[in-house]
Amino acid sequence: MKHALTLIVLLPLVGFLLNGFLATRFGGNRVGKGFVTALACGLPIAAFLLTVACLVRLQEAGYQPLVDTAYTWALIGGRSFEIAFYFDRLTAVMTLIVTGVGSLIHVYSAGYMKEDESYARYFAYLNLFLFFMLLLVLGRSLLVLFVGWEGVGLASYLLIGFWFEDPEKAAAGKKAFIVNRIGDAGFLLGMFLLYQTVGTLDMDRINAAFNGATLPAVSASLVGILLFIGATGKSAQIPLYVWLPDAMAGPTPVSALIHAATMVTAGVYLVARLSGIYLHAPEASALVAGIGAATAFFAATIALVQTDIKKVLAYSTVSQLGLMFVALGVGAYGVAIFHVTTHAFFKACLFLGAGSVIHALSGEQDILKMGGLARKIPVTFVTFAIATAAIAGIPPLAGFFSKDEILWFSFASARGGSTFLWLVASAASLMTSFYMFRLLWLTFFGASRMSHEVEHHVHESPLSMTGVLAVLALLSAVGGFLALPHFLEPMLPLPAVVPALHHHERTLIGIAIALAFTGLAAAVFLYGGGARRAAALRGRFPLAHGLLLGKYFVDEAYDFLVSRPLLWLSDRVFLRLGDRVLLDGTLNGLAAWAQRTAGSLSRIQTGNLQLYAFLALAGVVAALVWTWAHV
Amino acid sequence: MTHALLPVLPEAVLLAAACTVLLLDLFLPPSRRHWSFWLTQATLLACAAITVATAELQPLHAFGGLVVDDMLSDFLKLLSCVAVSTMLFYSRGYLAVRGLFRGEVLVLTMLALLGMMVMISAASFLTLYLGLELLALCLYSMVAMHRTSNAASEAAMKYFVLGALASGMLLYGMSMVYGATGSLDIHRIARVIHAGQGNGTVLLFGLVFVVSGIAFKLGAVPYHMWVPDVYHGAPTAVTLLIGTAPKLAAFALTLRLLGVALAGLEFDWQGMLIVLSLLSMVLGNVTAIAQTNIKRMLAYSTIANMGFMLLGFLAANLAGYSAAMFYVVAYVLTSLASFGVVMLLAREGFEADRIEDFRGLNQRSPWWAFIMLLVMFSLAGVPPTLGFYAKFAVIEAAVGAGFIWLAVAAVLASLVGAFYYLRVVKVMYFEDAVDTTPIVARGDNRALLSANGLALLLFGILPQPLMGLCVVALAQSGFL
Repeated sequence: MKHALTLIVLLPLVGFLLNGFLATRFGGNRVGKGFVTALACGLPIAAFLLTVACLVRLQEAGYQPLVDTAYTWALIGGRSFEIAFYFDRLTAVMTLIVTGVGSLIHVYSAGYMKEDESYARYFAYLNLFLFFMLLLVLGRSLLVLFVGWEGVGLASYLLIGFWFEDPEKAAAGKKAFIVNRIGDAGFLLGMFLLYQTVGTLDMDRINAAFNGATLPAVSASLVGILLFIGATGKSAQIPLYVWLPDAMAGPTPVSALIHAATMVTAGVYLVARLSGIYLHAPEASALVAGIGAATAFFAATIALVQTDIKKVLAYSTVSQLGLMFVALGVGAYGVAIFHVTTHAFFKACLFLGAGSVIHALSGEQDILKMGGLARKIPVTFVTFAIATAAIAGIPPLAGFFSKDEILWFSFASARGGSTFLWLVASAASLMTSFYMFRLLWLTFFGASRMSHEVEHHVHESPLSMTGVLAVLALLSAVGGFLALPHFLEPMLPLPAVVPALHHHERTLIGIAIALAFTGLAAAVFLYGGGARRAAALRGRFPLAHGLLLGKYFVDEAYDFLVSRPLLWLSDRVFLRLGDRVLLDGTLNGLAAWAQRTAGSLSRIQTGNLQLYAFLALAGVVAALVWTWAHV
Repeated sequence: MTHALLPVLPEAVLLAAACTVLLLDLFLPPSRRHWSFWLTQATLLACAAITVATAELQPLHAFGGLVVDDMLSDFLKLLSCVAVSTMLFYSRGYLAVRGLFRGEVLVLTMLALLGMMVMISAASFLTLYLGLELLALCLYSMVAMHRTSNAASEAAMKYFVLGALASGMLLYGMSMVYGATGSLDIHRIARVIHAGQGNGTVLLFGLVFVVSGIAFKLGAVPYHMWVPDVYHGAPTAVTLLIGTAPKLAAFALTLRLLGVALAGLEFDWQGMLIVLSLLSMVLGNVTAIAQTNIKRMLAYSTIANMGFMLLGFLAANLAGYSAAMFYVVAYVLTSLASFGVVMLLAREGFEADRIEDFRGLNQRSPWWAFIMLLVMFSLAGVPPTLGFYAKFAVIEAAVGAGFIWLAVAAVLASLVGAFYYLRVVKVMYFEDAVDTTPIVARGDNRALLSANGLALLLFGILPQPLMGLCVVALAQSGFL
């Protein structure tokens, strides 16, 4: 199995091609749903098993990275660009998440999307997404990573706008795509700068160059910041987070896979993968931590008052991603990846659970119209509760361990940890615990607020969905016992701790646990018993509530400050003056001229043989005269 | 004895099979015509297999130096066999509907291929000319085959007269070179020129005629006038034949004449090729815009493409020759698919040769629209198709040899070209279908055409193996 890594990447692509071709109108609908399901779920599972095999091989090789060069894409001058895959501890963790959680969500989708008309198209896109995501995490060079990076953007666009007949959903797809483009500009610039100064795009070589004796002649912070701009787009950080909540327009399993568990963590992966740069870029690292903390805080405040079940989870994702960036910013790269892993488990479980709720309620997403579901859909309820406790940081569930380590390093890391950073991150954690339990209470407890008709149809989801929920709930419960930071330490060392702060560790753990339970208590206090206290509180601070409910009116501000001036500029200056007058004028003029020239040139082609022969002979004579003159 | 014949074994087999089919066809009832067809296909397969099996790294000379069997000739012969075989698969239905699916077509095709093979492995002016004439005579008669069509007869007439003129010029040039150097063997001529023993002025005048003859055969401006009329007038199956495999032979002809025999006059022919290349690229692409007939449009596209091929060739080094060779191979692959789709859409009494016949193809068949899209993207040079890499390679070679302004002109010309290629795409995807007749074709035709189209994508993503083959074939044949 020399090309095992290539095979991992290619398996989902095969699924995309076969499903995309055989089962859609494009290829004439040759196969049925059974074939689609088997192929679409079987191939990711095969990729997962293959990844496990690769991990075993990695271990046997003493954790020497496996490299698999698929082929040389181009030789340009003396430089070769290879399509190569690289498998080390970090890649192993990411690939296992992508293929493992990915496979689970594929299986879940088979139940969730059963009634959809475009069943095959859905799975083809989902496989395509997995292919690009694997390209992203397995690629050795930034070039391959970038192809994956853009590819997941494309797949995400296709899936957000999956129900493109609804203009609002199609618009959400466009928004995600455009906002990501802004980030990509930074990413590309960073990539160009790296290639120019380091002379390679292979990420292991870039790290080695920055860790070597002589640093490359480029500011590590500049490169770091440019790449981070790319990361803010893909991983939904301030100021580019606005697309993620709207991305919930896609089918719910898509939100679970792409917009919670895998794609949005690509930015975290990028920074961790290029930790060699960030270790030499204190300014960039400080920016990463600052943006992360700010995002974690603001997104958490917005989540406090949202009433759409998926919107709450979306803002919670943004907030958790912020915490991951805090960890990256203080040099705890392994801890960030640890949180990526646990987050993948419980957030996938939460989204799929939400999907199960929506499925049960025939499409209802407003938690104010739910309530009392605990008895009616017990499996969904139990798994959702476990995942909620996990994200809130209740020990000993998964989220507690990873979040606790983030809080500890944000406080004590010698690479930029500070009390202020810890305070902000802790406040975000407290709010997380609160709004998640609020969600749990409003959805599953209390009296039913459903309409009679909806209530009548409530039903538990099929086994293919609940089974997946159970597996993910189990992982959310015990995932914290994976000692991932320790596993990753040989390649991503944990930052040194300020010696004077060492003795605070136990205190901080105590505070973290206290915060989680405080959030729980506050939610129960406010929302237990018909949520009267919550209503009273809302009545006392209408302004603050309005501000949060309106999500700080960031979308409106962007619209007013950025979109409208841009629109005006592009309409008046670029379109009317630049495009229509200058460009179109020139182009149309040129095209008309070319058409006229083409017309007159065609007229030479009279069909008259003598003319043809004459022209040919004229050519010979001209060549002869020219040669004669040059002898 | 057998060893001495080994280099020409594919040609021998082909000739024997052509005679067999000619005789066999006499006794076959029309319902058994497919016997001849499959015998022909088997022969082509055998020729390809023998070429591969007898391929050796070192060049082998035979018949007192008249013929050379090197990697270059093996590679090009193999591709010619594949191209001709594919062309026959594509044309079968088209010819049958028009009552042209007769033994003569198969025999003439095989003899034309024989001519190409002789040209490809020629090491002397005599064999080069012999191959060229054999090929040309077969093509003239094939264009005229559709006797009831006025356009075809007219095209055949023009092709014949202008072809004779070109042959005459080439022959005249060759005789002058012979007069100046005293030899017909391309390697000996090269040595004489290298030693500075030839008569300079006569040699140069000979060169002018040789280059003119080559330009005629390639269809480079200003010797291109026959191309649109012949492409347009000939039955599409014959246009397909003219537009594909012979380009490989013409490349070999150019390489043996200019790259080997007259290599010492590099600086003189470079100047002429620059003019030919530039005129072809510009004129071909601009004139194509005004065409409404897709065969005519593709004819002008051929002219432009030959200009691009010459762009790589005139770099006159290994990088340039291999880029040019890659370009020709890419062009042949793309051309096969383009005319393949045209013939797929054609049916009795309907040629599908106007651009408007492609209207709304996506509604009628998304798959064939997609294949045609790949073809058009490849011709326009859109990544990641094969055509992109081919254009990239020749432009890189030209830049490497210092012809930067010419490379800029090439890029601008291909920009103009993108207009008319993309217009076909626009017509297919953004206009409504008028014609809703279902597309019918044999299974082998469909499979082959699909593979052909997808190959354009595959080799665009993985160009390196094919490019490597071109470089190795040329390097092993003495072009260093």
